[in-house]
This record gives sequence, structure tokens and C-alpha cells, in this order.
Amino acid sequence: MDILNALVTLANFVLVPALAYGSQLAIGALGVTLIYGILRFSNFAHGDTMAFGTMVTVLVTWGLQAAGVSLGPLPTALLAMPVGIAATALLVLGTDRIVYRFYREQKAKPVILVIVSMGVMFVMNGLVRFIIGPNDQNFTDGERFIISARDFKNMTGLEEGLAIKTSQGITVVTAIIVVALLFWFLNRTRTGKSMRAYSDNEDLALLSGINPERVVAVTWIIVAALATVAGVLYGIDKSFKPFTYFQLLLPIFAAAIVGGLGSPLGAIAGGFVIAFSEVTITYAWKKVAAYMLPESLAPDGLMQMLAVDYKFAVSFVILVIVLLFRPTGLFKGKSV
Amino acid sequence: MKKFLLATAATALTAGAAMAASHGETVKLGVILGFTGPIESLTPAMADSAELAMKEINDAGGLLGKMIEPVRADSTCVDAAGATAAAERLITSDGVAAIFGADCSGVTGAILTNVAVPNGIVMVSPSATSPGLSTVEDNGLFFRTAPSDARQGEVLSNILTDKGIKEVAVTYTNNDYGKGLSDSFVAAYEAAGGKVTLNAPHEDGKADYSAEIAALAAAGGEVLAVLGYADQGGKGIIQASLDTGAFDTFMLGDGMYADALVADMGGDLEGSFGAVPWAEGEGTEAFAGIASAAGINPEGAYTGSSYDGAALIALAMAAGGEATSAAAAAKMLEIANAPGELIMPGQLGKALEILAAGGDIDYVGATNVELIGPGEAAGTYREYSFKDGAYVTDSIR
Repeated sequence: MDILNALVTLANFVLVPALAYGSQLAIGALGVTLIYGILRFSNFAHGDTMAFGTMVTVLVTWGLQAAGVSLGPLPTALLAMPVGIAATALLVLGTDRIVYRFYREQKAKPVILVIVSMGVMFVMNGLVRFIIGPNDQNFTDGERFIISARDFKNMTGLEEGLAIKTSQGITVVTAIIVVALLFWFLNRTRTGKSMRAYSDNEDLALLSGINPERVVAVTWIIVAALATVAGVLYGIDKSFKPFTYFQLLLPIFAAAIVGGLGSPLGAIAGGFVIAFSEVTITYAWKKVAAYMLPESLAPDGLMQMLAVDYKFAVSFVILVIVLLFRPTGLFKGKSV
Repeated sequence: MKKFLLATAATALTAGAAMAASHGETVKLGVILGFTGPIESLTPAMADSAELAMKEINDAGGLLGKMIEPVRADSTCVDAAGATAAAERLITSDGVAAIFGADCSGVTGAILTNVAVPNGIVMVSPSATSPGLSTVEDNGLFFRTAPSDARQGEVLSNILTDKGIKEVAVTYTNNDYGKGLSDSFVAAYEAAGGKVTLNAPHEDGKADYSAEIAALAAAGGEVLAVLGYADQGGKGIIQASLDTGAFDTFMLGDGMYADALVADMGGDLEGSFGAVPWAEGEGTEAFAGIASAAGINPEGAYTGSSYDGAALIALAMAAGGEATSAAAAAKMLEIANAPGELIMPGQLGKALEILAAGGDIDYVGATNVELIGPGEAAGTYREYSFKDGAYVTDSIR
């Protein structure tokens, strides 16, 4: 019984939240890594692209809610997401046409493109704030919990509760579907294969007749979809506020680099590594230990490795270690 | 070189003369608040309230026969260098007699030590609540019409003791305000025999607080004390602990008092409680009347204490018989506290008459001003709890 209690505590405070957060990071990092692999620069505007996609979704969701449309127990935002993806795709394609294409034709160095993407980031930043404002927006509806802590306790008779939010369930399921679709697309379809070829060797790809503009356009559309999905999932699970999305850039980049920039599989692994290390290293193991150990050994202290203040230091330390010992990341991406 | 020196001296002389001339007709008071920055939405109403008090004095014939002229400056709330420069400008180029402000604790301390104390200028802040400002070296020049958070820490501790709660976990917003409040609360609570299982900061503006909640839940406690902001991390913390079932009763500091919080999660907060600086009575109602007439929302944060701050500066100068900081500093406590005729908002003219006749006043104002210790408001707090998704007053402390 005690072991069960310990496991449930661990699942409630570590496994479930970290799994959901990791999925959100993974989808975000996939977008960053695709841009890096195919367009060859670190896209600093990614966080704000996520914010833009989520904003459109929020606005459409409000419209649907006002019209009385709902998905029952599921959040209405899922219904609005395709519109968000379409709008974001138009935005990034427009940005590419106006900004990035110019530098691509100049064969500009990646570092110049990085700075350019920062400029784009500030513009998108302002755009989102201009349209929806800098405040927290609430747009979730539907059933809040798959199972709440109290229900779980009543059901199982355990002392500890386990809560699983609907948003967490949706996040994980959506992440699996999105990743499966992406890998199928990259590995099985003609366009996907041409994208990988372009990423591997640009000159060879051009010689074999691959249209670069088409590859770039498809990449942007996929990135727009990934960014919107990641943003909406994050928004449903937590809340939508433009500034938080800008801050998300950091863990997302950490995830992509740890996994190996340019490697989709690495982005997913990196997302979970970052999420789990943030939560587990700062977790206070007192309660779990108290259940697992005999009473005489029960700890007095919190058994916390690092205070929660150092949460962000954890991702940085992992980043530094990976860069020192394995600059290409866990999954042999491109070296940074 | 000699010519240059001469020219400089001449300029300085004329400038001095010009300043003296302007002093003849008006008394300038600096109004330094964060017109840009994190609390830019609150400051316009605060400045309007302060200027409302100055206008009232002017309408009653002015301060010692001179008109008061407010000069606004931007404290930015967060940038100490910017605030110091703005305050320097107020004193050296505008020649203000005293400063009303600043607002946020950090910049208020910076202006006080860098500008006000070296120049001997009185400062009255309507909203800086950090306990650190009680002990700062101020030469008796710093006053505030907002209570120190040290007092709030005691009030929160008393609420817990009265409820018989022996163990709490504490989380605070990671800045001067949160740190100061949590330090004073933890000190008071432990002195009263309570146990704090964990005192952990949280950052504002994050959306994910699962790591913070995981640590707090492991530490345990009957209640989670949230000393943060209602529209920032504090709300996220509450949401995350409700979601994981970590805590279901919360004690909230003054930054968590917001109508939006009740609207968003009022039902889930049933049984939680907290404290917020509060004033009620004749003075508060009188202020509501004149503020509404002037188009200011009297319920707005710190509007009452702003009106009081400006009124205190002017009345203290009137009591001292000259429009200088030295006079204001000497008389401030005397006019704010008993004995004397009670003065409500809207009666500043009457107060001036009493002072001119050599009488004594006890300024009550919008917030029941009572200056204690190093010149700060004693502060009354409203202890509230949540019932049926709304705020309910339990008592006034």
C-alpha cells in the first residue's frame, strides 16, 4: 500500500506534469529543428509564431463559444486550431516572401539570418500584443479533469490523489499523432524525401531537380502547424499570455540543441529530457521517501537536491554539458 | 578659462535669481510616480488624486499665500537609475520644495538615498510597502501613507494563530515586495509558535508551476500562503495546486486581492482567506465623494493614500510656517496624529485656517492616517475569506 502511495505521489507531481510539459516542448522544438535543418538558421521568432497561432485560435474559439458551438467534454479550441494553423501559415509564408527570401538569395550567412529572425520576432511580438493585448487570456472550456485528485482518492482508497487534467491527456495524445504524421511525411512521401535531401546536401538536391522554393514553402507550412499546435496545447494546459510564449523560446531551444539541432527524433528526446530534469531535480522527495522507507529511516529534511529557484539553471547546465561533451547533441544533429 | 569661470558664475547667479523669483509666487511639489512601467495603469489615478489635494489647497487661498504647482516626473517603478535622474531634475532644475512619491519600493529607496537625503528634501510615498524602508537612513525625511509589509506579516500571522493553524508552506513572488513580505510573515509566525515547512519563491510570468507545487506539496502544511500577484504567478500557483490536489486552502497576501481572481476561480477558493490594506469610515466616504466628483475612481489602488500624502506635505508646511522641506519634516507627525481637530478629505481649507490661527489638527484623510515609528502608516487591514465565490469581510485588524 505504501509503495502504491509513493508511486501515486510521484506520478501526480512529477510524471504527469513533466510528460505534458515535455510533449509541449517537444512539438515546439520540432519546429525549431526543422527550420534549422532545412533553412539553416536558428529561428528566434518561433516563440512568437506560437503566440500568433494561439492568438488566432483563441479569437476563433471565442467566436465559436459565442455561437454556442462546443465539443462537449473536449475544449472548443481543438475545433478552432485548423483556422489558427492556416492563419499562421499565411503569416510565416508572407514573412518568408518579404524578409527571408531576400537574404536567402544573397546567400547570407546563418548568423545574419539569426539576427533577421530576431527582428521578425519583435515585429510578431508587437503584432500579437496589438491585436489581443499583453494580458492573460482564458479560452479553455469543456471537462477540466479526466480524473481529479479527490475522485482518485475515493475510488482507490489510497491516501494520495492522482489528478490527470483533460488538457494533459489531449496534449500527450496530440503529440503522438503529430509526431507520427510528421515522421510518416518526412520518410514516406515524395515531398518529405525531397525536404530531407535538401537538408542533407543543398547543391546535390538542386542538381537532382528539387525546387528549393517549394521545399522552403512546405517547411514553413509544417512549422506553422507545429508552432500553432504546440502553442494551443500549452495555452489549454496553462494559460495564454504573449510574454510566456516569448520566454518559452529558451527551454525549446535547449530541447532542440540537447537532442541535436536538425534531428527530429532528437527534438522529441530533448523536450522530455529538459522537462523531466526541470521537475525531478528540484522535486522534494520527502513524501515519497517517507512511504518507501521504514519509519525509523523517514527523513526530516525535504530531500530536495536543488531549490526550485534553480529550475532554469538545470536546463542550462544540461545544455552546457551536452555542448561540451557532445556538440552535435544526443542524436547527432548538426554541430552548433 | 577665467572668462569661462566668470560666465558660469554669472549663469549660476541668474539661475538662482530666477529660482528665487519663481518661489515668490508658487510652491512647486514634485509628483514622481511610475507613469511608464509595470504599474503604469495605476499611476495616472494616483497622480490625479495627489493633485486633487493640491488643487483643494489652492482653491482655499493657497499654501501660506502661495499657489502649489505640481511637477510630474517618471519613476519607471523598476529602473533605479532613471528614477534617480528624474528626481535630480525635479530638485535641481524645477526646484521643488518636497517630493510626493515614489511608488514602487525599489525606486523609492534609490531616490531617497541618492537624491532626497543629500538635498534635504522630504518624500512622502503613497504605496512603497517594503519593510526595508522602515530602517533606512533617512534623516527623518521619509514618510509613507501606506503601511509597511512588516505590519502585514504580523496581521497574516495573527489570522493563522486565531484560526489555530500550526503549519504552513509559503511561496512568494521573487522581488523586493514578495521577499520583504515573506520575511516579515515568517518571522512573525515563527515567533508566534507556528511552523513554516518551506518558504519558496516563484517567478512571475511563467505558465508552468508544477515544479514549485511539487516541492511545496512534499513539504506539506495545512495551508499554502501565497504572497504574490493575482494577475501573475500567484494565480498560476493556486491553479496548479488545485489541479494536483496539493493544497485546497490558501492564505493570500495583499497583492492577491483582485476581482479578477474571484471571477476566474472564486468557487474553488471556498474557505481560503487573506488580508488587504483597508480603510473605512467617514474619511473614506468623504474622499469617495470628492474623488468621484473630480472623475477619479476612489476604489482605485492607492488613490486614497495618494491624496493623503499630498495633503500631509502641504499641511505640514502650513503648520511649520514656511514652504520648505525642513518645516514639513518637523511638523509631519504632529499634524497626522492626535491631538487636534479631525480633518477629513475636502476640509483642507478648514485645516489651513486652524493652523493659521495657531490651532492643532489631526489629519484623518481618506485612509485614517496614523503615522507611527519612523513615519509610516499604522495601517488597518481587512481580513476576508471566500464564501459562495465572493469576498466576505471577517474583521478589520
